Amino acid sequence: MLTRFFKTAKNFFITLSASAITLPVLAQETVTQRWGVNMPVGVTPVSREIHGLHMDIFWWCVGIGVVVFGVMFYTMIAHRKSRGAKAANFHESTALEILWTVIPFAILIFMAVPATSSLIKIYDTEEADIDIVITGYQWKWKYEYLGEEVSFFSNMSTPSEEIYNLKEKNPNYLLEVDEPLVIPTHKKVRFLITANDVIHAWWVPDLAVKKDAIPGFINESWTYVEEPGIYRGQCAELCGKDHGFMPIVVHAMAEDDYATWLQDKQAVAAKLKELTEKNFTFDELMAMGKEVYDTACAACHQVNGQGVPGAFPAIAGSVIATGGVDSHMDMVINGSRNNPAMQAFGEQLSEAQLAAVITFQRNSFGNNMGDSLQPIDVLNYKESD
Amino acid sequence: MAHGPASGIGRWLFTTNHKDIGTMYLWFSFAMFFVGGVFALVIRAELFEPGLQIIEPEFFNQMTTMHGLIMVFGAVMPAFVGLANWMIPIMIGAPDMALPRMNNWSFWILPFAFAILLSTLFMEGGAPNFGWTFYAPLSTTYAPPSVTYFIFAIHIMGASSIMGAINIIATILNMRAPGMTMMKMPLFVWTWLITAYLLIAVMPVLAGVVTMMLMDIHFGTSFFDAAGGGDPVLFQHVFWFFGHPEVYIMILPAFGIVSAIIPTFARKPLFGYSSMVYATASIAFLSFIVWAHHMFTVGIPLAGELFFMYATMLIAVPTGVKVFNWVTTMFRGSLSFETPMLFSVAFVILFTIGGFSGLMLAIAPADFQYHDTYFVVAHFHYVLVPGAIFSITAGVYYWLPKWCGKMYNETMGKTHFWMAFVGLNLTFFPMHFVGLAGMPRRIPDYSLQFADFNMIASCGAFLFGAAQVMFLFNVLRTIYSSRKATDEVWENPEGLEWTLASPAPYHSFSTPPEIR
Repeated sequence: MLTRFFKTAKNFFITLSASAITLPVLAQETVTQRWGVNMPVGVTPVSREIHGLHMDIFWWCVGIGVVVFGVMFYTMIAHRKSRGAKAANFHESTALEILWTVIPFAILIFMAVPATSSLIKIYDTEEADIDIVITGYQWKWKYEYLGEEVSFFSNMSTPSEEIYNLKEKNPNYLLEVDEPLVIPTHKKVRFLITANDVIHAWWVPDLAVKKDAIPGFINESWTYVEEPGIYRGQCAELCGKDHGFMPIVVHAMAEDDYATWLQDKQAVAAKLKELTEKNFTFDELMAMGKEVYDTACAACHQVNGQGVPGAFPAIAGSVIATGGVDSHMDMVINGSRNNPAMQAFGEQLSEAQLAAVITFQRNSFGNNMGDSLQPIDVLNYKESD
Repeated sequence: MAHGPASGIGRWLFTTNHKDIGTMYLWFSFAMFFVGGVFALVIRAELFEPGLQIIEPEFFNQMTTMHGLIMVFGAVMPAFVGLANWMIPIMIGAPDMALPRMNNWSFWILPFAFAILLSTLFMEGGAPNFGWTFYAPLSTTYAPPSVTYFIFAIHIMGASSIMGAINIIATILNMRAPGMTMMKMPLFVWTWLITAYLLIAVMPVLAGVVTMMLMDIHFGTSFFDAAGGGDPVLFQHVFWFFGHPEVYIMILPAFGIVSAIIPTFARKPLFGYSSMVYATASIAFLSFIVWAHHMFTVGIPLAGELFFMYATMLIAVPTGVKVFNWVTTMFRGSLSFETPMLFSVAFVILFTIGGFSGLMLAIAPADFQYHDTYFVVAHFHYVLVPGAIFSITAGVYYWLPKWCGKMYNETMGKTHFWMAFVGLNLTFFPMHFVGLAGMPRRIPDYSLQFADFNMIASCGAFLFGAAQVMFLFNVLRTIYSSRKATDEVWENPEGLEWTLASPAPYHSFSTPPEIR
């Protein structure tokens, strides 16, 4: 640990001196990776404006600081008793008090004007080209492209082996998802942001968009990305246990690519619907079920199905998973009536996924019910419900 | 008529003496400071490097929550009340607090409140894990069962604070020695008078919001539950209507302390006394109309956003006046840097840095990027640690010789200061950087680009912790030392406390002093 710290400290000074010498291009590239010290400029007109405001107010603060601390350090050096300084006796000056009330006030007005105009621009969510509904769940995001029949969940894809230091961490550690949000460049994209359970906040620094996702409210925000690329962010409002593990990835692509992606997505959605008609073998169900379990259930019930005592019940040997299949479907599809932490997965997962994950839970972790469900069973249950 | 303290444990249980109660408040807050500090070190240990090493996310959230609650309600607030108890009657020439029995009661319910709060750590489902701001519905529908104990503990703390505030107001308004007019009161008394009004105004609001939570959890209401027609944002409005004045409750008495210390060691009267009083009152007034700047991202309408941005920026004006006055007090003085002065000068510099980041946070569009990141964590730790904690520490070194009649060891005091100063800056300055670079607050693990600064911050935190152990050692060593302090302690300090013997007699000013 100590050697690592010294290595870090050494790197710090090397980077520091390197950046002092070759500041503009070369060093900056590596510095922002490891030693990022400032807000990103971002890739939208609004993000650049916000960065500008941030730098303006920062330099005002630096200026005031130089004056105030300058006077202070001068007096601390020059007016020391040990150097024989005799204390003056002045203790009042109305002129001075007025002066140092009026000057800061003027600076504030100077800052308030551009801040106001930026704010008005940010609040103008009218006339968007694309509308995307973003819903925060514990602990994942759902993206729904309004009027396009495309909707999917976005889960963190960092494996738990990396989190628990069993494997080398990859460069996008904790900032990677199974399915990113895809948007076109040079289009005004409006986000309609809400939440399903607790309050979350959708934040991508490069887009300078941060908006709370609040159950029962729909907040609006927008972006206009000018450069294709992958932009990463995180949930910014404490939302429970895995608040630190619900990243956001936005993939901005040229308009043509976006159109192709959207078509593919629509085709996949149609195919998923067909799956409802299909009959799966037990092994197929178990394999798909394991996949679904690891993304949808394991955060609370744990990968080994043992749960967290006192907080999240175990699947292994549970009354529900080893009881009647109807009550098991009810729990997964409609959620728990007593414990809101158990979400209703009926709308989050497809019929095939639901059938698979329920089958998996009934036949894993030492549970040995031997029965299985088909998508059509789930559909019938949903419709009778 | 003068008689000494009772003997045995009864002295402390049944005491109505402002000095005894002040002492108990101070020791209690010192104990809580260490408890909250240990929680902070658990957090910093986990954040030393990326990945989960020591604790699970569930427990991490309990640590951040408990650290905040214990430090705000257990360490900072009782420390200021303790200083008020000890110093206000002496500073205004009164024999004791106006309501001595209530004084005893307001202290003695506190240990029970914190015993309840800390006991939640051992309950099934764990301690509160929803952050010290306990936003609904995470703290209601989704809370662990221990939330009910948390609500009860908050109620008791609130009752204690309100009683303390009533007592302070009654004492200041009624018990001043003849000739001690309002505009002759030391600034510590003034700032506490204004703080006490803030407490009375907002603690019932806090009690109200936790009661609404209690109703939602146990009695079927839906104040904050959207599914039942309630409004989760309402929670934040009510909470921050308490919460913003609360942060000034934790800083105004600090202004009073440094306004006492800086003139003593500059050997020059405080510059702009009356403007200091007016500035404090302005800050207190503004604190009621800026609460939604904590909520710039919840989606309040443009007009609301603009109003709260302008009002928040305005706070910089009276705060600036105070800083300029302190600097001008030092200017052309005859400065010396004993431990209390070191802490006070560090207060002025570092609190100003915290003020600068506060001004940056006030710019609503920029706040969209700062909000809920480590930049905010850096900001409020810069105003609270060098603000509240350093001023309390300065006050302890300044008045400790008066309290126990012994002089502390200057070298040890300075060592404490430099360790704390370096530790604090190592801990909190890098947080500005990681926050701006995009690290959200309250996360148990972080992506790789934040690793280096987090490691520095963790090292700084342990250094800061070690400095506080040194503080405890210094205080104990002073109490048991044989170096008698003089009655004046410092060179011509101003204030009635220095006209008393050291240690201050158990009963002082039974007959009112002459006020020049």
